[in-house]
Amino acid sequence: MYCIGSGAGFSGDRTDAALPVVAEIAASGKSGAIIFETLGERTLALGQLAKRRNPVLGFEPLLEEIVSPILADCVAAGIVIVGNFGSANPSGAASVIHDLGKQQGLHNLKIAVVEGDDILGKIDLAQAERWDGDGRMGEPTGELIAINVYLGAQAIAKAISDGAQVVVTGRVADSALALGPLVAHFNWDWQDLDLMAAGTLVGHLLECGSQISGGFFADPGFKNVPEPENIGFPIAEVEDDGSFIITKPVNTGGVVDLRTVKEQLLYEIHDPGAYLTPDVTLDITEVYLQEVAENRVLVRGARGHTPSLQLKATVSYLSDWRGEAEISYAGPNALARADLAIDIIERRIRRRGIKAAIRADIMGLSSVFDSDDGALRQNELLRSDLLSDLRVRFAFVSTAEKEVRRAIQEVTALYCCGPAGGGGIRSSLSQRVHTHSYLIPRESAPDSYRFWQPSL
Amino acid sequence: MTETCTVPLHHLAHARAGDKGNRLNVSVIAYDDALWPVILTEVTEKRVAEALAHRHPSKVTRYVLPKVQALNFVIDDVLEGGVNASLGLDTHGKGLAFRVLELSVQVPAQLLSKTRMSVKLKIKEG
Repeated sequence: MYCIGSGAGFSGDRTDAALPVVAEIAASGKSGAIIFETLGERTLALGQLAKRRNPVLGFEPLLEEIVSPILADCVAAGIVIVGNFGSANPSGAASVIHDLGKQQGLHNLKIAVVEGDDILGKIDLAQAERWDGDGRMGEPTGELIAINVYLGAQAIAKAISDGAQVVVTGRVADSALALGPLVAHFNWDWQDLDLMAAGTLVGHLLECGSQISGGFFADPGFKNVPEPENIGFPIAEVEDDGSFIITKPVNTGGVVDLRTVKEQLLYEIHDPGAYLTPDVTLDITEVYLQEVAENRVLVRGARGHTPSLQLKATVSYLSDWRGEAEISYAGPNALARADLAIDIIERRIRRRGIKAAIRADIMGLSSVFDSDDGALRQNELLRSDLLSDLRVRFAFVSTAEKEVRRAIQEVTALYCCGPAGGGGIRSSLSQRVHTHSYLIPRESAPDSYRFWQPSL
Repeated sequence: MTETCTVPLHHLAHARAGDKGNRLNVSVIAYDDALWPVILTEVTEKRVAEALAHRHPSKVTRYVLPKVQALNFVIDDVLEGGVNASLGLDTHGKGLAFRVLELSVQVPAQLLSKTRMSVKLKIKEG
C-alpha cells in the first residue's frame, strides 16, 4: 500500500492543512507522498510577471508557509513532497526549500526540479490548434507573457526513483502530481493504461484538496459537514492493482462519503469516457464506489485509453483593465434608488465619452446568476419592493487604464451627486491576464528533471 | 392516481460546477437511488439550457453515469468569457450549480416521502 495525501488544492488554500495529513501517513508506517496543487489557469502567468520584476521570484508566494511546517517530518518519515508550487520559477522555489531545510538542520536535501513546461519563444502559435472549450472567447489581445504546457508524470516519477525527497514542478497535469509517485513506488508500466488511469484518478480526486473531504460541500440541512473549520484533507491508500481508498486523518472535521467523492469525481470533467491527460485518456464511466467504513470510500474501475498525440498549453496575455465599484442602498425604496444609480452611471459614461464596457448588478436581487445585459435584474418576476438592503456593483473594462479610472470616478461621485442614502462605496482596479488554451504536438515539449544545486 | 408534487431539484440532488475556458460543467447527483429515474426523466438538456438561456450558451450536452446515479452537463460559452475575461461577479461560474438546482421537478409524492430527504422537506401540493 502507498499513501498519497493532499496538502493544498489551490493557491490560497489553508496553510495548516498539511500537518494532520503528514502526521497520519507517518504514523501508518507506510511509504507515501504528499502533493500540493497551487497552480490555477492564470496563477502561473502572475508568477511570470513577478519573475520579470524580480528574477528570484515567480514561485507560489506562500511557499514557505506551506512547506516549512511539514518539511522535517516528511524527511524523517520518508514522505516525498511533490508540488507545482514552482510555478514560473521552479528553480527559485527549490532554492527557498533548500534554505528552509538548512534552517531546520536538514542538509543535503535532494530537491528535484521538473522542467520543460515553459515554452515561451520555443513555439509558433500559428502552427498550434485552439482548444475548443474556449469557444466564443475571441482572439487574444495584449502582450504575450507566458506559454506553459501541461506536462505528464514521467519526469516526476524518474526524479523520485532517483531519490528525490522533494519534487518541484511548474505546470504539469494536476493528476500527474499523484501518478508520478505511484509509478515510482509500484514500478507500474507506462503502457498499462488501466493502471495509468487508476493513478490519474487518484490524482484527479486529490487535486482539489478538501473538495473531496467536506470542502465546498456544506449545504446546511441538506449536506452537513462536521467541524468545517478543521476539515481533514484527503489521503488515498493505493494498492498495487490500482484500487484505492479515499479517507482523511483521524481527529479532523469534514466528511468522506459517496456524496463527496461523486462531486469531486465529476469536477471539471466533460466527456466522462474521455478525460484527456498527458499520460492516459481516463474513462470514469465504469468507476465503482463503496463506503467501506466511516470516512472511507473504496474506488475501483478506472479505465484507460491511448493518450492524445497533443498536449494542452495555456497561453497568457497581459491584457485589459478591469475596475469594480460598488455602492449600497438600504431601507424603503432601496430598489428604485439602486435602479436609478445604474441609470445615472450609464448616462454619465455616455455623456463623458468614457470608452469602457460596463456591466451592472444589484447584489441582493440578481448578481451571481445574471448575464452582462442584466436580463435577470430587469425581470419583473424577480423584482420586489420588499428588497431593502441592496448593493449595486459596476464592472468596467477597457484596454486603456485611464478610461476605467474615469468610469470608477463617476461611481465615487455618487456620494454627492447620486440618489439619496447611497453608502459604502468601494472600488478596485487591476490589469487582467487573459489565458487561452492551445493544443500542441507532444514532441514540442519534452519534460526533464535535474537535482537542484546551490550554484545553479 | 399517483399524486405528484413539484419541488426544486435541490431537494432531490446535489451538484457541483467546474470551469475551463468558456465552458462549464455541472454534475447533478441523486441523493437517493430511488430518485434516479425521476432525475433522469426530468433534468434534460433542454431544461438546463432554459435555466441558462439568458447567458446564450452555444451548446448543452448531457452525459449519464448510471453507476453513480449522476448526470454531467457540459455547457459551452456560458461563462461570458471565462474566469479571466468575464465582467461578472462569479467569473468561474461556481454558483451556477445552484441555478441548475433551482429547476422545478415533478416527483410522485409517495417516492418523495420514502426517500431519505423526506425528513427535511415540506411536501407542497403540486
